[in-house]
Amino acid sequence: MFQYLVKRILMLFPLFLGITLITFVVIHLAPGEPVEMQSAMNPKVSAAARQRLREFYGLDKPLYVQYGRWLSHLAKLDFGRSFAPDNRPVIDKISERIPITLSLNVIALILEFGLALPIGIIAAVHRDTLVDRGISVFVFLGFAVPTFWLALLCMYFFGVLHPVLPISGLHSLGSEKLSGFGRFADLARHLVLPISIATFGSLAGLSRYMRSTMVEVLSQDYITTARAKGVKERVVIYKHALKNALLPVITLLGFSLPGLIGGSVIFETIFAIPGMGQLFYQGVMARDYPLVLGILVIGACLTLVGNLLADLGYAVADPRIRHGKG
Amino acid sequence: MSGYYKDFWRRFLNNRLAAAGLLLVIVLFVLSVFAPWITPFNPDRIDAWHVLLPPSGTHWFGTDELGRDVFTRVVFGAQVSLKVGFVAVGIAVVVGTVIGLVAGFYGGWVDSLLMRLVDIMLCFPTFFLILAVIAMLEPSIWYIMMIIGLTGWMGVARLVRAEVLSLKGRDFVLAARVLGASDLRIIFRHILPNALSPVLVSATLGVAGAILTESALSFLGIGVQPPTPSWGNILTAGKDYIEFAWWLSLFPGLAILVTVLSYNLVGEGIRDALDPRQKK
Repeated sequence: MFQYLVKRILMLFPLFLGITLITFVVIHLAPGEPVEMQSAMNPKVSAAARQRLREFYGLDKPLYVQYGRWLSHLAKLDFGRSFAPDNRPVIDKISERIPITLSLNVIALILEFGLALPIGIIAAVHRDTLVDRGISVFVFLGFAVPTFWLALLCMYFFGVLHPVLPISGLHSLGSEKLSGFGRFADLARHLVLPISIATFGSLAGLSRYMRSTMVEVLSQDYITTARAKGVKERVVIYKHALKNALLPVITLLGFSLPGLIGGSVIFETIFAIPGMGQLFYQGVMARDYPLVLGILVIGACLTLVGNLLADLGYAVADPRIRHGKG
Repeated sequence: MSGYYKDFWRRFLNNRLAAAGLLLVIVLFVLSVFAPWITPFNPDRIDAWHVLLPPSGTHWFGTDELGRDVFTRVVFGAQVSLKVGFVAVGIAVVVGTVIGLVAGFYGGWVDSLLMRLVDIMLCFPTFFLILAVIAMLEPSIWYIMMIIGLTGWMGVARLVRAEVLSLKGRDFVLAARVLGASDLRIIFRHILPNALSPVLVSATLGVAGAILTESALSFLGIGVQPPTPSWGNILTAGKDYIEFAWWLSLFPGLAILVTVLSYNLVGEGIRDALDPRQKK
């Protein structure tokens, strides 16, 4: 187990280097120097800011020097300063947004697993019945619905037609004056729509996956054996089968992370939630290169960490890895 | 061989959902090709007297904030979406297939290197990567296709690699080698044709994914740029006028839903028809 852990953590370094390399390639996609581009495209960027950027990336040096220099900045978590008028360090701007995006995504992830697992299990247990068909219709629709469109429909339905829920931001005007509980209730009301949309986004895929692993496990010999022994069906399903069907789902936890983080651009923009996704979108629109690249690197690293956690979870849950050589 | 294809078609068409999906795919294709003949309106004609009209006999899906006919724009939007879907997936399939073939066939350090590249690409939230690249370049339909393609090849590469690994030790490949066939000939003549079916499935599902991505990008204003109609950018107006004009939000979204659904149904249908054993 320990060996596995060390090996898995050592693997992070080449992956991290790869992430920075690809990001570096993205920087150089801009026609000409990213700095030159600025002067033509964005009059808001002052000559001083341009000079600073040139120095920061060492744009007059050969590529490998530029890359090395950029890496050494990254190692110190230094992503440079934003082009925006506030001119603040990118890392500060990002770190005040990350908690919002992460907590939204964690809540969505918990809800998603809490809903998708039972849905998948029910579909698998009642395979080929009306229930299963109904669920698979829902799954197919879930795959095909664009989340931003669903968000629009919800805004129309709950915000315009029957105005019961706030459709933008995290707080109502004047909510500072409310009591602690009042503020919490206000925040919760603002979160209902964005979190439902974020959850729905990957619900279909996960429930389908759960169904197929459960169907596979239920056809195994040991399940037949358990049934033949006269074990109650409920115990067969929730003890014998579920334990084994859950294992592959843990890995999926890691895989669903990039989708969730990427999706936050969409629902944060639509619902005006001041998270990392919205910041990223604003950065893209304003061509704030240091900010965009900073979020790109951090988003990828969050995924890397998420994958690591999922793998560790898998190792802890699967005795074959826990006790084996891994 | 022909017996195999006949069997495949029989199984595919026996699956009612898959057949319905295929029918919808064909209908959408015909609609987009014959768009100019299907509707009497010009998709770009601004009409200040008929702004934001609700759906009626003349304007089936109503009109938008500039008085343009929404039905017409949705039909023309199909052209854009299908073009983006097919070109992007074409790029992803070519890149993924080549990388998967090379990695699987040559193995060793080439394989490790390429598979690490796949791992790294999978770390990036795809939507972030696409947005970052667009921030560096200009939003245009050609860049969108390229970027969606170049960020979507990893699944195909893994699939093809796995197929190649299982095929390259088979007797017919050894026989070809003994006969003195070159690497290229073995790869393209003997291995690739046998590895294509999983690629076909993932390409069909990929079209659906690419259409969804394009519409999200256009919705955010960094995809297909107005006045070119795309389902995503009609929805942008839908959001701005959500309090007065629900039809601007409803119809383009339905178009996306139906299109993505039908490509998914066809993709699943192909998968089931190719591998009857796996059928639940």
